[in-house]
This record gives sequence, C-alpha cells and structure tokens, in this order.
Amino acid sequence: MRLRGLIRKETFQIVRDPSSILIGFVLPVVLLLLFGYGVSLDAKHVPVALVIENPTAETSSFAASLAGSEYFAPQAVPHRPAAERALAEGRVQAIVVLSSNFTRQLPSADGAPIQLIVNGTDANTARIISGYVDGAWQNWLEHTALDAGRALAPPVIVEQRVWFNPEVSSRNFLVPGLMAIIMTLIGTLLTALVVAREWERGTLEALMVTPVRIGEFLLGKLIPYFVLGMGGMAASTVMAVWVFGVPFRGTFLVLLLVSSLFMLAALGMGLLISTVTKNQFAAGQVAIIVAFLPAFMLSGFLFDIASMPTVVWGITHIVPARYFVSSLQTLFLAGNIWSVVATDMAALAMMAVFFLGLTRRKTRKSLE
Amino acid sequence: MWNRIRALIIKEFHAVWRDKKSRFVLIVPPLIQLLIFGYAASFDVNHLATVIFNEDDGLPARELVARFEGAPAFEVIGHISREAEIAQVIDPRRARLLIHIGPTFSRDIRINPPAKVQLIVDGRESNTSLIVLGYAGRIVADFNSEWAKSHGEPLPPAHLVVRSWFNPNLESRWFFIPGLVALLTLVVTIVVTALSVAREREVGTFEQLLVTPLRPLEILVGKATPALVIGVAEGTLIVIVGILWFAIPFRGDVGLLYAGLVVYVLAVIGVGLMISSICRTQQQAILGAFLFIMPAVILSGFATPIANMPEAIQHLTLVNPMRYFLVIVRGIFLEGLSTELVFRQLWPMAAIALVNLAGAAVMFRHRLS
Amino acid sequence: MINPVIDIGEVVKRFESGGRTVTAIDRMSLRVEAGRITGLVGPDAAGKTTLMRLITGLLKPDAGTVRVLGFDSRRQAQDIQAAVGYMPQRFGLYEDLTVAENLDLYADLQGLSRAERKDRFAQLMDFTGLGPFRGRQAGRLSGGMKQKLGLACTLVGRPRLLLLDEPSVGVDPVSRRELWAIVHALVEEGVSVLWSTAYLDEAERCDDVLLVSEGKLLDAGPPAKFSDRLQSRTFAFAVGNTDTRTVLDGVRRFPQIIDAVIKGADVRLLLDRPADAARLGDLARALDLKEDALRPVAAGFEDAFIALLKERETTSAVPDAAPRYGGKPDSIPLPAVANGAPVIRVEGLVRQFGTFKAVDGIDFQVAQGEIFGLLGPNGAGKSTTFKMLCGLLPPTDGKALVLEIDLRRAAAKARGRIGYMAQKFSLYGNMTVSQNFRFFASIYGLAGKVRERAIEHEMEEFGLGPFADVNAADLPLGYKQRLALACAIMHQPGVLFLDEPTSGVDPLVRREFWHRINTMAVAGVTIMVTTHFMEEAEYCNRIGVIYRGRLIASGSPDRLKADHRGSERPDPTLEDVFVDLIESYDREHAL
Repeated sequence: MRLRGLIRKETFQIVRDPSSILIGFVLPVVLLLLFGYGVSLDAKHVPVALVIENPTAETSSFAASLAGSEYFAPQAVPHRPAAERALAEGRVQAIVVLSSNFTRQLPSADGAPIQLIVNGTDANTARIISGYVDGAWQNWLEHTALDAGRALAPPVIVEQRVWFNPEVSSRNFLVPGLMAIIMTLIGTLLTALVVAREWERGTLEALMVTPVRIGEFLLGKLIPYFVLGMGGMAASTVMAVWVFGVPFRGTFLVLLLVSSLFMLAALGMGLLISTVTKNQFAAGQVAIIVAFLPAFMLSGFLFDIASMPTVVWGITHIVPARYFVSSLQTLFLAGNIWSVVATDMAALAMMAVFFLGLTRRKTRKSLE
Repeated sequence: MWNRIRALIIKEFHAVWRDKKSRFVLIVPPLIQLLIFGYAASFDVNHLATVIFNEDDGLPARELVARFEGAPAFEVIGHISREAEIAQVIDPRRARLLIHIGPTFSRDIRINPPAKVQLIVDGRESNTSLIVLGYAGRIVADFNSEWAKSHGEPLPPAHLVVRSWFNPNLESRWFFIPGLVALLTLVVTIVVTALSVAREREVGTFEQLLVTPLRPLEILVGKATPALVIGVAEGTLIVIVGILWFAIPFRGDVGLLYAGLVVYVLAVIGVGLMISSICRTQQQAILGAFLFIMPAVILSGFATPIANMPEAIQHLTLVNPMRYFLVIVRGIFLEGLSTELVFRQLWPMAAIALVNLAGAAVMFRHRLS
Repeated sequence: MINPVIDIGEVVKRFESGGRTVTAIDRMSLRVEAGRITGLVGPDAAGKTTLMRLITGLLKPDAGTVRVLGFDSRRQAQDIQAAVGYMPQRFGLYEDLTVAENLDLYADLQGLSRAERKDRFAQLMDFTGLGPFRGRQAGRLSGGMKQKLGLACTLVGRPRLLLLDEPSVGVDPVSRRELWAIVHALVEEGVSVLWSTAYLDEAERCDDVLLVSEGKLLDAGPPAKFSDRLQSRTFAFAVGNTDTRTVLDGVRRFPQIIDAVIKGADVRLLLDRPADAARLGDLARALDLKEDALRPVAAGFEDAFIALLKERETTSAVPDAAPRYGGKPDSIPLPAVANGAPVIRVEGLVRQFGTFKAVDGIDFQVAQGEIFGLLGPNGAGKSTTFKMLCGLLPPTDGKALVLEIDLRRAAAKARGRIGYMAQKFSLYGNMTVSQNFRFFASIYGLAGKVRERAIEHEMEEFGLGPFADVNAADLPLGYKQRLALACAIMHQPGVLFLDEPTSGVDPLVRREFWHRINTMAVAGVTIMVTTHFMEEAEYCNRIGVIYRGRLIASGSPDRLKADHRGSERPDPTLEDVFVDLIESYDREHAL
C-alpha cells in the first residue's frame, strides 16, 4: 500500500510537471523527427563543378554518366580558375576536370587522367564523394567498353554486399541508436532532476519520518519512470518502424528485455546522481556530463567505437549506452543475434545491479 | 551611466567566478567535451576488424590479401575456410568486413578475367560501411593497374587522380576541432547568460536591481558584456588547444576569426538572454538552454552536412547563427578564407545577432512590466 | 503512556562546514513530559532544528542518548518514525498534488485502511477547515493553509508524539490561532507535542518551555517560572506629548535599562535587577519624569528571554546603533515635495492577475517622516501593493505615487531617491561584504572618494568591519539583515521601503533593527514597512490592515486598539484587533 501511494504520487507529478513533459515527451519527439527526417550522412545531389576544357563525344559521355547519378548535381564551369573559386566559396564540394587533351590521351598506354579535387574540410563527405566519383568512373568505363562492342575486363572486380542495410541508409543506422539517447534522457537526466528536486524542496524530510522503507521509496521512484521510459521506447519503436521505415528483424520480446535492462541501469545512474548531488542544478550538469554526452559520443550511436584511440575505446566499456546501441542496431537491422545481445544484456544487467545497489547503499533514512 | 554599467560588469564577473558551481560549469564540461570530442568524434576508419576467406592459394590471391593487410584502415584478425563461418564472424560483429576470394580467382584473373573478389560489409553502421567500400575499391583499383602493368595488359582508358584540398589526408579531426570552437562557445555562452538573470530572479537580487536607478538597457549591457568576454575567452582557449595540442593547421586571418567570433557570441547572447527572461528558476533555464542547444547543434552542420538535409530543414538552418560561424571557423582554420567570403557569412549572422539582441531587450522590458 | 516521551541525555552533535567543525548541540540533556505542549524556544541557529532531527532519528547523535517513546534513536529509528508525526520547517508538500492527493499519499505511507481513511479525512478536513479546497493543488494554497495541510498530513497516522518545527513562521495571526486551536484539541486527546518557535508570545501558551541558545539548554520549566524571576524589574511610563521615538532614543542610553520598547502610548522598561522604591525614584529623576510616573507592569516571557540572552551576550554584543542622522537632522536630503504634501500617495490602486484581483482599490497616504506599516495575512495583497509602489509591477488601475512620481515611468534618477530592502535576503551571496557595498554604491552613482567614505561609514556604523572580506552568504543572519539595510540606505534615500525586514530574525536583532529605523524616521526619512509581527506594528506611526486586496482599516495603533476595546477585552493587543478586523470582514462578506 505504501508503495502504491508513492507510485501514484510520482505519476501525478510526472503528468503535472512541465519539465517532465518537456524531457519525457517533447524532446524525444523533436529528436526523433530531426534524426528521422533531418539529419543524414548520405550525401545526394552533391554540387560538383565539371570543367571540360575541350568538349568531345567522350567527355560528354562522361559528363552524362555523372549527371545520370543521383549522387551528383554537376555544373558545367568554363575553366579551372572559375571552378576553384566555386570550391573556395563553398558553392561546389568537388571539381572534376577533363583536361584539354583528355580525348587524345584516351587511347594512349597510360590512359587519360580524370582529375578530381575534393574539398577536404569535411573529410567524411570528401571521402564519400570520392567514392561516388569512383563508382561513376567505373560505370562509365563499362559503358564505353560495351558501346565499343567489347566487354571490359579489368583483372579484378569487386562484388560488394552490404549486409543488414543494403541501401546503406544512415537513417537505418541512426534511428535505432537514437533510442538509447532518448532512454538516457528519460532514465538518467529526468530522474536525476526529479529526485534532486525532492531533496531541494524538503519533501523528503517529511517523507522519511513515516514508516516508509528505503526500498519502497526507491521502488516508488523506479517504477513510474520505468514505465515512462518503456512507453517512450515503445513509441520510438513504432515511429521508427512505421514512420521512418526502419526494418525490424529481431523479436519484440528480446527488444523488451534489453530495453528493460538498459532502463534499469539508466535509472540506477539517475537515482545515484541525485542522491549524491542533492540539488537540481548539479544533478542536471552531472547527468549531462556522465550520461548524456557519453551516450551521444561514446556509444557508437554516431561515431564508430572501433576506430577510436585505445584509451577512449577502453572508456566506452563503462558507458551503458554502448551496449544498448549495439543491441539496438543488431535487433533492428540484423535480428536476434544472441552472441551480441546476450553479451550486451549481461553487461547491462551488471551495470543495473551496480548502480541500483550503490543507490540503495547511499540512500539512508537520515540527513547525514 | 558608464559607471553604473562598469559596476554591473564587475559584479557579474564576481558572480560567475566566485561561485563554485558556475566556475565548474565554465571549466569542467567544456574541457571534458573538448577531450571526448577531440578524440572520439571522428568518421575516420582505422584498424577495422577484417576477416579473410581465401579459397584460392594462388599467388595473385595472396598478393591481393597482402594489400589489404598492409592498409592501415584494415586489421586482419583472422581467416576462415568455410562459407558457413561468414555469418558467424559478421553477425556478432567480430569482423566488420569479410573479403572472400573464390577458388577460381587465380585462374580467372589470368584466363577468364575479370576475377571476382567479394566484399561483405556489416551495414549496421552505414557510414563506416560506405567508407570501407571506398577504401577497398581503391585497393582493388591499385591492384588492377599494377597487375595490368606487370602483365602487359591494357590499362583502362582513363583513370582517376584524386586530390583533396585543405585536408590532404582527410582527417576528421581537422573537421571537428574547429567545429568545437563554435560548439563549446555556444554552450558556455548560452549557459552563462541563460542562468544569469534566472539566478538573480531566484535569489531575489533582480528586484533589488530594478529599484535602483539602473535602466533596463543598462542591465542588458551589464549582462551581455561579461558573457561576451567569457564566450570569446572560451573560443580562444579552444583555438589555442586546437592548434597546439591537436596540431590543426591555422591558415587564415586571426582578426577575421575574431570578427566572426564576436558577432557569433553576440547572436548567442541574444538567445541566452531571451531564455533567461522567460525562465523563473535556474532549473528551467538549464532545460531551456538544453532545448535550444540540441537542435541548434544538430541543424548547424557540426556533425552532419546541411546539404544532406531535406530542403525545408535546410531553410530552417538559415536562422541558426552556428551554421554561419562553423563555415567561418573551419574556413579560416583550414582554407584561409578570404575577407570577402568571411563577410558573406558575417552579415547574416550580424542580422541574427541584431534581431536576437533587440528581441532580448524587448522581452526584458516586457518581463519587467 | 511512557513518561517522559522524550529523554535526551548529554547529547552532542557536530557538523563539518567549510573545513570547520561546528558544534550544533553541545552536551544537551532534557526531558519532554507526556500529554503536554512543550515549547522549544530559542533564537535563530540555536540548534532547534538539529534537535528536532535528532529526535526523529534523521540525525544520529555523536555522543549521548536520545530516547523517544522508549525507543533508542540509534537502533530503533524505524520504530520512532512509525510512532511520531514530524512537520519540518519547510513541510514538503508536493505542490503539484491536490490537497486530497497529498493526504492520500500520507495515508498510504502510514498504512491507513480505506475504511479508516474516510472518517479520518473528514475529521481532519473539519479540523483544518480545508474541506472546500480538497481539489486544489497544494502549490496554490496560502501560507497558512499550506501549514494546516502539512499538519493534517502528519496527523493522518494518529501519532502519539507530534514534533512541529516552527510551524507558524510566515503564517498570519488568524491562521496561527487556528493552528493553536488544533494542537490544543490534540493534546486533549492525549497527544504530546513539541513545538519549536521563535515567536515569544507563543512560548507563553505552552505548558512547558525549553529555552535553548547556541546548542545549550539555558533553562526549562513552565513559562511563568521564567517571568516570575523578573519580579520588580518591569515598568512602564506614559510618554505624553513628546515624540515617543525621541524618548525611546534617550532611554536606551541608561546602562541599568536592558530593554526599552514602545507599547502603545507607553514606553516599557526592563531593568537589569529588581528595583526598590529608592532606585525607582532615582531612575525617574534621571529620565526627567515625575517620581511616581514609573508603574510596575507584569513581566512576560519575552522579557525573560531578552534578559537571559543579554546576560549571556554582554560581551559579544551588537554595537549600539549610533544614530546615523542623529545630531544633525538637516543633513538629510529632504524629499522635494511641497510642504505638507504626502510623500507616498496611493489612490484607487488595483492590480489584477487574470480574473483574480490581488489589490482591489486601495487608498492611503504617508507623510514625511512617518513610519507606515502595512499588515495583512499572506496573500492579502501587501507585497503586490509594495511592488507597485516601488515600480516593480504596473498597476491595472489607480495611482501609486512616491514623491508624486510614478516610479515605473519616472526617469531612472528618481529611483535613486528611494531605498528598498526585499523580504528575503537579496544581496549577492557569493560576493564579499565590501564588494556588495562597492557595487550598490556605484549603482547609486557614488564614486571615488565619496564612495569610499560612504562605505567606510556604513561598515563602521553597522559593525560590519570585521566581516569586510566575508562572503555575504556566510554572514550570521543578523549581520545579513544589517548589510541589507546598510546597502539600502547608503545613498541616503528620502523614502525607505522595507518588505518584512525582520522575518526570521531573533528578538535582539529585531530590536536593534527597529531602533535604527526609528532614528531615521526622527531625522525625517519616510518609511514604509510590511510585517506580520503584530508587536512590530506597535512601532509604526500608522498602520493599514490589508485583507483580500482591500484596506480594511488604518490609523495609529492606539486608535485601532481603542476602536476595538470591548467589555470582555478591556486592553486588546494589536493581534486581537487584527483578528477581530478579519473575522468581522469575513462575516460581512460571507454572503
């Protein structure tokens, strides 16, 4: 009965407090929409300056192959200096130059050079663009060979298979990971703020001098936020699958299991932060630094963990979101792969036990 | 009047600096972010776990494998010998790339070209897979031209010569660290300004100020000036750390960078003061700041290019001052951006700053009444 | 029932604070008897709250024993907590929850069954008069109602021992009386109560009093025991035509007079030792009075309190307030108004928030050199009126003029002629005393040598010199109050606004504070003050009582008292007047 009273109280508070609604509902929706619709790592229609110094049939067939690709929006530019200016001004991302003797050099032993200049400032985009141009060039080679009535036979050709995400869509990769961020917001940031508020407003002092037990008090906090977080998770999954069309290849039961474990770890962290800081301002700061930022940066949500320097890579192992992101990406795109999911679940369970246990130890019915 | 403003400014510095909490907010989070972002934020791929499935013991196959083994982007962690094992290494993410060379590879390359090499990539991280395929494609292309040369076979009639300006080795870090100047300056400036009025309101000193001869505009200037100094100082710190610690080249004009920084910080201060005039408590101010910072950063081109966004959202980014400053700071660091080009980014940002500050002044007045 | 309900033996409690160890409770021993109301009385920071927390088991003693209802607080805290009701100073009501939901929560926590609950709630609602507000969110209740709800929540589980930590702070006299009535009814039922308070008149209503100061128990016993000790030490004389304030100022200089206060038309004296006829005669002569002018009056608990504290603190005392404008009243910048014109003029003032009229047509005037007090329950409209006068809030209708100027529209310079001291301490806590001084001096346009001299002067006058480099937040409460006042008057304003300047301050500091205000008024400064301490209203020349947004009475304290003199109450206190006014207003407007 005591527990029920606490849960009911907490629920009323969540529903009536604007900051809970803000973090629990508004922010997740904004994030989902931004990442679902707004943000993408896939460059398309990249503006490229195309300099053809001496137009011939061959150069126009190459130009056509560029224009035919959905990846490029080539703009014909009369000469190199103009193209370079456009690159410097950011009007184009890359320059493709077919020099005046391009056609003449084609039959020669060395072949004709196609010069590609990319703006390396955004290194990632630059790399992607050069990959695209590479593809366009190969295509063009095949076409010209076919047109000439002979098969193109380079010694080796690559046959590529992108498993789990054949269209290589960044949305399929970002949206599942984003759920870990949203759960961190609800589980850690919101919980830390709310419990710290009880310390700050003195509501805990009166509560403590009732027969309520610490375990009941903590459960009274855990259960409502757990439900809120899982609700957020369910809503995000629905949006991901039915609005953004991200495939879901695992089973929902496993998803439920992993999310529950992560939610417990996140809640444990949130409760621990608030118990230690006891004020909202500090709790908010600490939650952002130790939970939100790592979930964003060190979880594999956006940046590849394996490519990080060893020390940073080591640190990622103590970030709960890392395990959750890995399971989410696997469950959504690859399916129930137990070797991944089970390891992640074990790690999350350990963290949940650690954080909740520590919180239980640190919370006393005492003001000291 | 100047005396009063000066007193306000001195007071504001005292308030920020003597308070342990605000000192903490100014120093620790930016430092942690600088380190995390500096080292973790990267789209580069290196030492990618790679497994080889080579069914052919011919020399050409071994040569190709050797090329992959020699590339820093890949780290061959093992070999498999059966098709069924592919899923066993890819599914659990033990390997992210599998190179499959069929049993007829060496024969095909000589007798029946083209020989096929199959690359299987884990697509769960789409960006990494794209880059991996790019790298692998280059390795195979290099192998091809070598092979053709040494075997007297015809080369393809045209070949690509790729050069990358401003960042020849395409290091992500060169992209992210100048971006951090914009990001961390934004975070610190917003937090300082958003909290400043909210704190005074919470403690009650704000009313005390309002009954003194101070004018609202003076209070505004008194709040904005220290934030400007703090924001610019924060930016300077990141610039210095970027140049000295992370060895990012600095090719442009320092004066231009500061012109951009000052206008940028002013635009941000306007937003911070608006948040501050709406919020009654520090907690609300922190949340308000958070709610502004998240979309502002996501829609700035900091991590993902604006050009990749849908058109409607691209238009939305036009009101985001960070968008312009990112171009300026990256341009000045890496490209040595010219005055004219800086100016093109500067004036929209100045317009935003003007609107924001005017808005803050109006809301300030309004909230007082 | 176990007797005593609380038995504390040789308890010591220390805290670490900023690297120093502070002894909050210093070898204290005391007992609280069953079935009585025991008052825990002491100045601010005496250790009252720490003691309460030790009793509930929220804090553990560093040494000694705390036994509550026979349970040891170290080992059986859970048992104590199941049996006592504790209402902390800031009772943590969940402000987003309604009255009924708050009660439900505590009923759940106390394990009250559904069946019991209905009766108990009805009873508590009846008790507290909160019935009509069941569905209202706690955050939107008035201060008095919040305290009553807090009390109701603690009572849900029918505790045997009730611990109340300053339940009446910030509560208006009417609600205060209601609280007392509730507690008295509880004692009838056999509940034991420990009531901590800084209001000395409340101590007198307790069955027993524990007087604590600086972590030590000074004395204990029924209130009469305290005042009995002051036989032949309290006297009063009528002032007559002379200005009471000038007289008071003079009286305070005599070393044998420990305390002197204005009580209506009288000045009331407390002497350092009992006076026989001869000594009294000497004193009368020294005061320029007739031989028989000094009448003996009954001593109260407050006298005892002041006497005890002054005896202990003779050395550490408060520097005597050297009258600032004292000798040369012509040195004050008199406000630029035509002679006789009021300094503050309020006409038909209205302030509406949505559909709620916080201030509903108020008129009054304050003349130069007057002390005008605004009284009223929390939420009556005092602060709103105040804010409109200071230009912090625009009136919906009517005028609020200071020196014939509307401060909202006036040039900023006009604001330089007023001084303002906010209700809660509102200086920059993390700046030092001298940095605060420097800041406010510059804001008011003082510069260079003038500024330094003004600061030096204030430091000296308010005894803040030793604290010059201490952060304002770390000052003792009394000194904070002084600093706030000093900053408000540094620029020598002609009009001074004080919003509940003495709330939460102990009587000694309060007296010193009023003494300063008096001397300023004597020198011609116009002072407007809000307060809910009724005894402080006595210090004002005129008071206005605000209730439900209206001014329901105004006049000098004596006149108001005279108006409410009745057969059953020949000598009403201001509190009686106040309660009378509000009750009759409620009766008239009930329909």
